[in-house]
Amino acid sequence: MYVAVKGGEKAIDNAHRLLAEERRGDPESPEVSLKQIDQQLSHSVDRVMTEGALYDRELAALAIKQARGDLVEAIFLLRAYRTTLSRFGASEPIDTAKLLIRRRISATYKDLPGGQVLGPTFDYTHRLLDFSLVDGTEPEAAAESDGDPDTPMPRVVDLLNQEGLIESEDADDDTPVGDVTREAMTLPADRDVRLQMLARGDEGFVLSLGYSTQRGYGRNHPFAGEIRLGEVEVDFTPPELGFPVTLGEITVTECQMVNQFAGSATEPPQFTRGYGISFGHCERKTMAMANVDRALRARDLGEDVSAPAQDEEFVLYHVDNVEASGFVQHLKLPHYVDFQSELDTVRRLRADAQARQAGVAAE
Amino acid sequence: MTEPAQQPLTGYNFAYLDEQTKRMIRRSILKAVAIPGHQIPFGSREMPLPYGWGTGGIQVTASIIGKDDTLKVIDQGADDTTNAVSIRKFFAATAGVATTERTTEATIVQTRHRIPETPLTENQIIVYQVPIPEPLRWLEPREVETRKMHALAEYGPMHVQLYEQIAKYGRIAASYDYPVVVNGRYLMRPSPIPKFDNPKMDNNPALQLFGAGREKRIYAVPPYTSVKSLDFEDYPFSVESWEHCCALCGSTDSYLDEIITDDRGGKMFVCSDTDYCTQRQENGHFGPLGSEAAE
Amino acid sequence: MTDRISHNADTPLLRVDSLSKSYGPVVGCRDVAFDLWPGEVLGIVGESGSGKTTLLKCVSAQLEPDGGAVQYDTRDDGPRDVYGLSEARRRLLMRTDWGIVHQNPRDGLRFGISAGANVGERLIAVGERHYGDLRAEVTDWLERVEMDIGRMDDLPSTFSGGMQQRVQIARNLITRPRLVFMDEPTSGLDVSVQARLLDLIRMLVGTLRIACIIVTHDLGVVRLLTHRTIVMQKGEVVEHGLTDQVLDDPQHPYTQLLVSSILPV
Repeated sequence: MYVAVKGGEKAIDNAHRLLAEERRGDPESPEVSLKQIDQQLSHSVDRVMTEGALYDRELAALAIKQARGDLVEAIFLLRAYRTTLSRFGASEPIDTAKLLIRRRISATYKDLPGGQVLGPTFDYTHRLLDFSLVDGTEPEAAAESDGDPDTPMPRVVDLLNQEGLIESEDADDDTPVGDVTREAMTLPADRDVRLQMLARGDEGFVLSLGYSTQRGYGRNHPFAGEIRLGEVEVDFTPPELGFPVTLGEITVTECQMVNQFAGSATEPPQFTRGYGISFGHCERKTMAMANVDRALRARDLGEDVSAPAQDEEFVLYHVDNVEASGFVQHLKLPHYVDFQSELDTVRRLRADAQARQAGVAAE
Repeated sequence: MTEPAQQPLTGYNFAYLDEQTKRMIRRSILKAVAIPGHQIPFGSREMPLPYGWGTGGIQVTASIIGKDDTLKVIDQGADDTTNAVSIRKFFAATAGVATTERTTEATIVQTRHRIPETPLTENQIIVYQVPIPEPLRWLEPREVETRKMHALAEYGPMHVQLYEQIAKYGRIAASYDYPVVVNGRYLMRPSPIPKFDNPKMDNNPALQLFGAGREKRIYAVPPYTSVKSLDFEDYPFSVESWEHCCALCGSTDSYLDEIITDDRGGKMFVCSDTDYCTQRQENGHFGPLGSEAAE
Repeated sequence: MTDRISHNADTPLLRVDSLSKSYGPVVGCRDVAFDLWPGEVLGIVGESGSGKTTLLKCVSAQLEPDGGAVQYDTRDDGPRDVYGLSEARRRLLMRTDWGIVHQNPRDGLRFGISAGANVGERLIAVGERHYGDLRAEVTDWLERVEMDIGRMDDLPSTFSGGMQQRVQIARNLITRPRLVFMDEPTSGLDVSVQARLLDLIRMLVGTLRIACIIVTHDLGVVRLLTHRTIVMQKGEVVEHGLTDQVLDDPQHPYTQLLVSSILPV
């Protein structure tokens, strides 16, 4: 009986076997392939890559399969694997102005150089369950664009910047970029670190925080200046070569939010920016991220810090779902030593209280 | 009881983490040892075990473990609890080191929530898994402010809390994760060990390392360092005690787990430290139920 | 009026020199200077927006001024620039030799802990580690501010506004500070409660010989408690003198306006 209370190795092994069996499900139905997950559950793969902080569609698909579709668990698997990879160096910054656009919309201009490109979006679909998918009807072929793929598509914020209407953001090449995967975050955090935390952060949490800013908790008047989705080349400069070589291309989604700013005694009024980016196609995440990024700049911009989304410590310490999921679920671990200690204290306190009551009654 | 060393898992570095990461963690450990009780930030990595399940302790152990080490892992004092088994297996697989359940045979003891009853020696390191490293966290949620409080040694609010407990309950009601002052300077959380174990930390010959993975902090108590539990002069620190002895080994001075044996209020008390209990029984010490079982 | 304090030292307790603070283009206070001697009670009056609270915050190390200096005659080291002290020493000063009584008790009390703990906190912070002694000292101070001792373990939120201010005063005086700052300590209270609290403050400040700077818009408070008065308008000092003189024979038109608009105390 005593051993049973302590759990045991055999029970764990059996639990793992049962898990593997349940993951597979009914052996009569065909096993899902990584290719199928990659192709047909591509938004899941995109999210797992983004929050898992590793661009590898196949590994992300494997993580999703192993996690039985639990995306937070899949993100965790991918992060744990990422830990073991050696680091050769950092790539050159990607240039999203050179994105090979598949989707590009702006809510601030009706038309703009390069035009609005809707691309693959749920936006205008009616959210009606499509029963034709039950049997797997082949979709109609999509229309081909007759536009010139080389049409330049300048970024909206760059257009605004030409007029000085929006704050400039000039990269400071001399300041090293922080790396939250290598060093513990220290507070107050700079924007590079904040953006990394948000990019890796839980979509649900970031979404709700971004939403809260729109409801008045740290309102910053956002306009979706531009959202763009497409492929971009990743360059790497090996120290022994001294010039960049292209490693390949990745899909990214970028959101540049244009926000209001009142100006100050020393600076004329200008729009300010919020920024969001993800691997793959994670539009909702990047928009929410841009809202939260802007909210977290309140302190830098001399605004009142009062709302949760503006509270750097609150946001950055709770945004990571691998941390959050682990700690919430650790409550399943045994705590009986601590509980015993509490039991002992409560019993003593109760005994003291009873003794006091008895004393009062005797008087 | 003791499993010999084996060939480590292929495809992974020794003890999972790469050597650069281990070096970074060891630098943080050295800094922590140099400033007893002070929390040192470190670049905590994602581990294949979840946050909150010992990732800090695992990373500390992974950074200090060598091929010749013998590892013991306990959770709630026991070697056979699920989390302890899982972590022990992790190191057996990734480092191929020998593992043991015997406190005396271990060179490294990784623990969650207990310090073994068997006294540790100078040749041992104990690694604590820490969920929340900041002792002032419940008084002040902000890191920027708690860091300042540590820097200025402004620990009054902690004593105010003890004052409140005495005013309200007539005694200090903190029972585990009971705050201590290390080396007369830094306020430290001992991790959620019962206060019963606090005196063992004081002047201990073993090096004590604390790893908090999710919170990305390492701290340490070097060997033979003073660790004092907070109290008032007229309400001195005291530890839990039991009216019972261990039902299996008869020990009267170890920390006991209460085990409910039926739904009519039946219960028994047994040592939380399973190795200690087993050793006593092997040496012929029995409690009321242990002797029955032996006969 | 309490008797004038006779100064036997040559050094003022606090010396404020050309102190200025602005918020962007808005002036908080400009070029303010005064001395405060041990045991002296100074009133700062003016309408809201006149800069009196900004001045108090700058002088009491809660808000760094843009220019000027605040020099305090410390117990150990003699006169020192308050903003030149290390943060550790400044914080120690603020919770031992100084006291700050805020207008809103929420700013001056910790609402999550009992009244007794609030009063005892400063003693604990300077090293008191005997519960019995601490308890006795806290009880003594709560009695001095005429609080019901039976309620010392209750939370501040269960007390009336007047009682909260009494707890705040006890919390500050327990370390026997030499200088206490008060920002509208009685505003927002009923008139009868105000009168009793003012009496208490006058009695404590007088018997303990505590120097005090009181910010108020209420000339009645100034007349009752202070030796000297500073009148502020738009961030600047427009009149400064003995309280009786300022109130009975105001020189500046703004002071004349202020004085003529109050009811006789």
